[in-house]
Amino acid sequence: MARVTFREDRCKGCQLCTTACPKKIIFMASSINEMGYHVATVTEQEKCTGCGLCVIMCPDMVIEVERGREN
Amino acid sequence: MRKITARPYSLRDVPFHYCPGCMHGIAHRLVAEVIDELGVSGRTIGISSVGCSVFAKHYFNVDMIQAAHGRAPSIATGVKRVLPDRVLFTYQGDGDLAAIGIGDFIHTAYRGEKITTIFVNNAVYGMTGGQMAPTTLIGQVTKTTPFGRSVEINGNPIRVCELIAPVEGVAYVERVSLHNPKEIIKAKKAIKKAFEMQLNGIGFSLVEALSACPTNLGLSPLEAVKWMEEKMIPFYPLGVYKSPAGVV
Repeated sequence: MARVTFREDRCKGCQLCTTACPKKIIFMASSINEMGYHVATVTEQEKCTGCGLCVIMCPDMVIEVERGREN
Repeated sequence: MRKITARPYSLRDVPFHYCPGCMHGIAHRLVAEVIDELGVSGRTIGISSVGCSVFAKHYFNVDMIQAAHGRAPSIATGVKRVLPDRVLFTYQGDGDLAAIGIGDFIHTAYRGEKITTIFVNNAVYGMTGGQMAPTTLIGQVTKTTPFGRSVEINGNPIRVCELIAPVEGVAYVERVSLHNPKEIIKAKKAIKKAFEMQLNGIGFSLVEALSACPTNLGLSPLEAVKWMEEKMIPFYPLGVYKSPAGVV
C-alpha cells in the first residue's frame, strides 16, 4: 500500500517525475497553480508502489510518498 | 502509513528560485541529505558562489558565506584554517569555478586544503543569460556562439575532473550526473564520500555534477535530459577520477 501526494503550490511543471515513474502513472494536470504551471498529478493512486523514484528526481521537493499498512 | 521521504533538516522549507527542470534543486537536496546523514549540520559552513547558485545561502540550513565571483575555495581555505574542526563545502557552477575562479580552485587543490567542492556543470552561463562557458561543448549554440562553439575560435572545453585528478593534494574526484534517478543515487554516494574524505583529513575533494539548463539551451526539461544523455555525457565521461588508492 502506497500513497503519493504532490505539494502543488511548489510544482513548476518540469515533467521530470513523469519519466522517473516506473509505472508511468504521473501526468500533468490541465489545471494550473498560482505560478501558472501545469502541476504533476496522479489519478491511479492504487498503482503506486511507493518506490520513491519521483521524489529522487523532483528538483523542487514537491512529492511525498507514504508506504506501509493503512492505519 | 509511513513517509519514506522527508525534507532534510539542512534544507530550509522555502521554494527554490530555479527555473523548471533545473537540477540545482536536486544537487541542493543531495548535499543537505549528506550533511544530515553525517550528523555535521551544526558545524558545517557552506560557501556559495556567484551564478544561479548565488542564493544557495537562502536554502541551506547551515552557516553560509556568499563569496565574490570565483573566490569560494579561497574563502573556504581561510575559514578552514581558522576553524579546523568545521566542515567546509563550496557550491560552485561552471562559470564560477572553471572560468573566473579556476586560479583559486587549482591553487586550493594543489595546497591540498581539506575542503569539499560541489561543482555543478551545465555547460552554459545560466544567470547572465546563456553565454558560452569554458565547459560549453563543441558545436553548442549559446548567446555568444550563435553558430556553435568552434575549436578554432573558442578553443576546447575544459574537463575539470581530468585536469585536477593528477594533482597530489587532491584526495577524491568523481564526475556524476543528475539526469535520472539511478545517477542521482550514485551522485549522493559520491558527495558523501567526498565529505568523508574531508572529515578523515585526507585532502581536497571534488564532485562534478552534470546538470541541464533547459532555459538557456532553449529546450524543454525532458529534451534537456535527452541532450545530456546524447551530447554531454559522452564528452564528460562519468566515474571516479581519483580516490586515495590513486588516479583511476
